[in-house]
Amino acid sequence: MALTTEPPTRAARAASAARTVRPRRGGIGAIDRKRQRWGWLFVAPFAVVFAAFLIFPLCYAFWMSLQTSTLAAGTEFTGLANYVKAFTDPIFLGGLGRVAMFALVMIPAQMLVALVAALVLDNLATVLSKFSRLMIFVPYAIPVVIGALMWGFLYSPRFGPATDLFALFGATAPSFLDQSSIFGSLVNIVTWQWSGYYMIIIYAALRGIDPSIYEAARIDGANSFQTALRIKVPMISSSMVMVLIFAMIGTLQFFTEPQVLRGIAQGAIPISYTPNMYAYSLAFSYSQFNYASAISFALGIIVFIGSYVFLFLTRKQSGLK
Amino acid sequence: MSATTAIPAVNPKAGRRRHGPEARTGGRRVGSHLFLLALVIYFILPLWWLIVAATKDTSGLFTGSGGPLWFDSEFNFFDNLAELSTHQGGIYWRWLANSFLYAFAGGIGATILAVLAGYGFAKYRFRGRSLFFNLLLGAVMVPLTALVIPTFVLLSQVGLVNTIWAVILPSLLSPFGVYLMRIYTQDAIPDEILDAARVDGAGELRTFFQVALPLLRPAIVTVLLLSIVGTWNNFFLPLAVLSDPNLLPVTVGLNNWTALSNAGAGGEQVWNLIVTGAFVSIVPLIIAFLSLQRYWQGGLSLGSVK
Repeated sequence: MALTTEPPTRAARAASAARTVRPRRGGIGAIDRKRQRWGWLFVAPFAVVFAAFLIFPLCYAFWMSLQTSTLAAGTEFTGLANYVKAFTDPIFLGGLGRVAMFALVMIPAQMLVALVAALVLDNLATVLSKFSRLMIFVPYAIPVVIGALMWGFLYSPRFGPATDLFALFGATAPSFLDQSSIFGSLVNIVTWQWSGYYMIIIYAALRGIDPSIYEAARIDGANSFQTALRIKVPMISSSMVMVLIFAMIGTLQFFTEPQVLRGIAQGAIPISYTPNMYAYSLAFSYSQFNYASAISFALGIIVFIGSYVFLFLTRKQSGLK
Repeated sequence: MSATTAIPAVNPKAGRRRHGPEARTGGRRVGSHLFLLALVIYFILPLWWLIVAATKDTSGLFTGSGGPLWFDSEFNFFDNLAELSTHQGGIYWRWLANSFLYAFAGGIGATILAVLAGYGFAKYRFRGRSLFFNLLLGAVMVPLTALVIPTFVLLSQVGLVNTIWAVILPSLLSPFGVYLMRIYTQDAIPDEILDAARVDGAGELRTFFQVALPLLRPAIVTVLLLSIVGTWNNFFLPLAVLSDPNLLPVTVGLNNWTALSNAGAGGEQVWNLIVTGAFVSIVPLIIAFLSLQRYWQGGLSLGSVK
């Protein structure tokens, strides 16, 4: 390496910084430092987008949420008034409670389907199991809007097969789209849409486990159920944590499915069903951009804090420190 | 949080899995297969319905002779396709083309940015690196829908609302893609290879393009697929920033038709077009996933941390 051309001042500075290091090593450090600046060049294009479409909108949303716009007074700075309004607004709180309920039901449902399917698939290497793996995953490739539309048709008493299917057993089909059953109908759509994606993540993690561990467990007399519960699940806990975080972020910003079903299930889904739908209608139906920003920002903060608390609580499982 | 758990290329043992012990227990295998079959029926049922429904006309959808889950006596798929091309001047194909444009421009752009940034984060120790990366990790947790309304206001101030850029530019942001690329780069590219290239006289750019990039291909395909699917699926953003019917992606367009058909009188009910349009729009992505499965099946697990 041609390091002798290094200017003496730099070498001297480096040497004085670390007396024990020979000048030659200091020279490497200096060239190295220069080279490390290339890192910024590689990161720069992303940094621009990151600043323009994440940092700036976030700050701007916060700034907007601190203002109130009225016809009489124009736009004026009102501090945290919008947040006080939001957290005492029964519509927003109702929406939050609703997505919390969805999270409690939907996330375990998706995780259970994904985990059981992955564990079963991991034990099989047949043509049918390969085919099943793909078919369970296929809904991920379908846009959420289309998925919700399809299920809307299937639920519909006019188009759907439910009436005929239930008639086979001599029963009358429940009306999936009325107020009392819309919750379950939405849970079903989301489970259908995302379980396959989570299954693939869990499945790939299972395939990464060193199989000699199973040999050891088998010699110790563990049956395959015990192997699954005591060895496989703990060993893929980091993937499970990741799936849970994905599911949680997705559920709390629930928007597309209820928004699409709203058009099909007349009257069962109010315009403010979830916080995101509320923010959308505030902004685009009532032009209350300031209050809508406060709702969006509050929701973002809640999701952010929620994810971090969750990551902190599960740091042992996920291995994050 | 450095290493990944399950990359087939990195973990050679995963490929050598044997299924000896399981193969002997025949009874449980039948049970497992029945269970899988039930799952497959559940996951396939809506698609089967869609395929069948795409061959019916509107009256067939309501009162078809074969019921909702079987074909009608009439086969109307090609009539429906023809009607798609004429209804509102064939705007459906415009929507589909828009979806392709947004998904590819946004997806390819986001992937390029993610590959560059992931490499920069993984292989250089520049000032501010850990601060920026921690910021980025935090951004993975920010729900992107929280950004839609402020993004709309900002874009409207610079006059970009209701243009293709209002969808494409925000789609370039993919913190998760950068995170995946960084993790993969760390594992797949040893520093020694890069140093060897430098000793041979290659500059930093040449080292990146000729040495690093080919090694990153599996992760690039995964990130590309994820970001294309993300943009293709996006509903909230285009719903908010686009109002010109000619600019809508197919998701928002079909949703508008559904809302109209639900509210409207008989003349505006285009249920057969909605169903056929939905069917046509999901075919490309399903084909892409089936043909690229070699790449994404390993790649999707990249994000899990040890």
